[in-house]
Amino acid sequence: MTAVAQRRTAADRSEPSEEEPRPRRRWAVPTLVGFGLAAVLALGVLVSASNGAFAITLGDILSSIGHRIGLGGAPVEGTGESVLWNIRFPRVVLGVLVGGCLACAGALMQGMFGNPLAEPGVIGVSSGAAVGAVAAIAFGLTFAGNWTIPLCAFVAGLFTVSVVYLLSRSGGRTEVVTLVLTGVAVNGLAGALIGIFIFYADNDEITAITFWQMGSLSQATWPKILAVAPLAALGLFAAPAFARRLDLLALGERPARHLGVDVERMRLQLVVIVALLTAAAVAVSGVVGFIGLVVPHLIRMATGPGHRTLLPLSTMAGAAAIVWADLASRTIAAPAEIPLGILTALVGSPFFFWLLRRTRRRQGGWA
Amino acid sequence: MRLRSLLPRPRSLAPRPPDHADPGPVPAVPAAVTGLGVTLGGKQVLRGIDLDVRAGEVLSLVGPNGAGKSTLLAALSGDLDARDGEVALWDRPIDDWTPLDIARRRAVLPQAHRVSFPFNVRDVVEMGRAPWTGTGRGAEDEERVADALALTEADEFADRAFTSLSGGEQARVMLARVVAQDAGLVLLDEPTAALDLRHQELVGRLCRELAAEGRAVVIVLHDLDLAAAYSDRSAILAEGRIAACGTPAQVYTAERLGEVYRQPVTVEHDPGTGAPKVTPVR
Repeated sequence: MTAVAQRRTAADRSEPSEEEPRPRRRWAVPTLVGFGLAAVLALGVLVSASNGAFAITLGDILSSIGHRIGLGGAPVEGTGESVLWNIRFPRVVLGVLVGGCLACAGALMQGMFGNPLAEPGVIGVSSGAAVGAVAAIAFGLTFAGNWTIPLCAFVAGLFTVSVVYLLSRSGGRTEVVTLVLTGVAVNGLAGALIGIFIFYADNDEITAITFWQMGSLSQATWPKILAVAPLAALGLFAAPAFARRLDLLALGERPARHLGVDVERMRLQLVVIVALLTAAAVAVSGVVGFIGLVVPHLIRMATGPGHRTLLPLSTMAGAAAIVWADLASRTIAAPAEIPLGILTALVGSPFFFWLLRRTRRRQGGWA
Repeated sequence: MRLRSLLPRPRSLAPRPPDHADPGPVPAVPAAVTGLGVTLGGKQVLRGIDLDVRAGEVLSLVGPNGAGKSTLLAALSGDLDARDGEVALWDRPIDDWTPLDIARRRAVLPQAHRVSFPFNVRDVVEMGRAPWTGTGRGAEDEERVADALALTEADEFADRAFTSLSGGEQARVMLARVVAQDAGLVLLDEPTAALDLRHQELVGRLCRELAAEGRAVVIVLHDLDLAAAYSDRSAILAEGRIAACGTPAQVYTAERLGEVYRQPVTVEHDPGTGAPKVTPVR
C-alpha cells in the first residue's frame, strides 16, 4: 500500500486539478449529441406530419395537438384533423417506434457478438421474424387477436436469433465471415419459407405480403401501434440495464466473466430482448434493413463505444432516421410511394460494403 | 453441446455463501487445488496437481510449451467446468461462488488482448473496477484507476484508443486493468511476453509490490531469469504434472531444467542477489 500511496502524492502534485473537469467533459459530447438528436427527431415528426397530399401548416399541427391535450388551440379545419390524427400521426409514431427498436437491436447485437457487422437484417433475424409474420398473414391466423402477427414474429425471431447465435460462434467469439455467411444461409432459408407461404396465399394476401416485405410504414394505424408497443417498450426499457455489462463483453467472454458478469445468463436475456425489438419492428413495417447497422456505427464515431451512451443515442437516432427516411419515401416520387426498406437499403448497402472492407483490412484479410 | 452452453451453469447444491460485497482480508491460502486433473480434447492436460497459493507471495509457473501452465491458471480462475479434483477460493469450493463474488477476490490477465470496439485506454482500465460498482469500494474507482495507469506506465497514452496501441502497450493497459480490480488473488498469464526489457522488469517489481500489500500473485512465465529474480516460489510443470515446487534457488537446477526442457542448461548464481541465472548450453 505504501508504495502506491507515495506514487499517488507524486501524481497529485503534478496534476493539481484533475478531479473535477474530466467526468464533465466525458458527458458533454453525448449530452450535446442527445439534444441535437432530440431536435432533429422533433423537427422530423412535425415536418413529416405537415407534408403530404394534404398540406397542414406547422402552426395548425401545434394548435391541434394543444387542443387535444387541453392547452387551448383548435382542431385543423375540414378533413385535416382526421388526416393528421388517423393517417399522419400513426405513421410518424410507428416510424419512431420502428427506428428506435431497430437501431437499439443493432447496437445490442453488435455488443453481444463483439462484432460491428451484426445487425438484425444482415444476420437474418429480421427475415426470421418476417417468416413468422408472413405465416400469420398467409394462414389468416387470429388466435391472439391484434397481437397475432407481432407474437408470431417474436417467436420466429427468437428462434432465429438463437440459431444464428449458436451457429456463428466458436470458442467464445464470432468470426465476421461465419456471422455473415450464417446470415446468408438464414436469409436464404427465410426467403424460401416466405415463398412457400406466398405460394399458398390468395391474391389479396400476396399483395399485402409483397408490399409489407419491402418494408413500409404505409399500413400504420393506432391498433397496430398498440399491438407492437408492448414488445417495443419491454425491449427498449430493458436494454439500458445491459449497458455496463456490454462494455465488459467487449473484452471477450472470459475476461467479462473474470470481472463478475454472468455471461451465460446475460446472453440468454439479450437473445430475448433482441428478438422482442426486431419482432416489434418487423411485425408492423416488414424488413427495413441497415438501420441497426448504420446508426449505431455513426453514434460510436461521434460519442465513443460506451454502451451507456450508445444505446439511448442510437435509439433516438434510429427513430429520427426512420421518420425522415419515411418522409422521403412518400414525397420523393409523390403521389407514388417508394417502399421505405428499399430506401434504407440504397443508403445502407454501400455503407455495409465500406464497413466490411474496413473490418477486413483491419483483420488482415480473410482466408 | 453448444446448446448446453446457453443454459445457466448448474451450481453445487451446498448452501451458498452469503453475497458479501466485501471479501475481507486475504486469507493465508486464498486459492488451492488438490488432486486436479483436466482433460481437454481427449488429452490429459493436467493430472494430480496439488498446489497452495499463499498470500503475500509471488508464485511463478514455468515449464515447456504445452506443460499445462495456462490450464492450471484457468482452473484457479474458475474457468474450467470439466475437471477432476478440488479448486478452492477463499477456503470454499470455487463453484460455490457467483461470478461476481469471484471477481471481487481474484483478477485475471489473459494471454491474448482483444477489445472489440475502440474504447479509450482509461475506459478499459475502468472496466477493472466493474466488480465494485455499487459497493463501498466504488468510491475508490478514480484513485485506483489513476494508480494502475501510473504503475504500468500506461498513463502517457491514457486517452488514446486501445485498438490503436502497439502489442506491448496493450499488454500494459490490460495489466493496469487487472491491478485496478484490486483483488486479493492476482493471476497473470505471460504478462511479459510482448514487453521490452524495461517493462518486463517493471512487471516483476509490480508483482513484488502486490505481494507486499498482502495479495497472492500467480504468474506464468517463460523467462526463467525473471521468474528466479521475482518469485518467492516457482512451480516447474512438465507434461501436466508439477515436477518441482519451491524457491527458485532450490528447484532451478541444471539437471532438472535440462531434463524438463530437453535442452542442456547451466545455472549460475547472480553475485548481487543470489538468484539463479539460467543459460542454455549453445
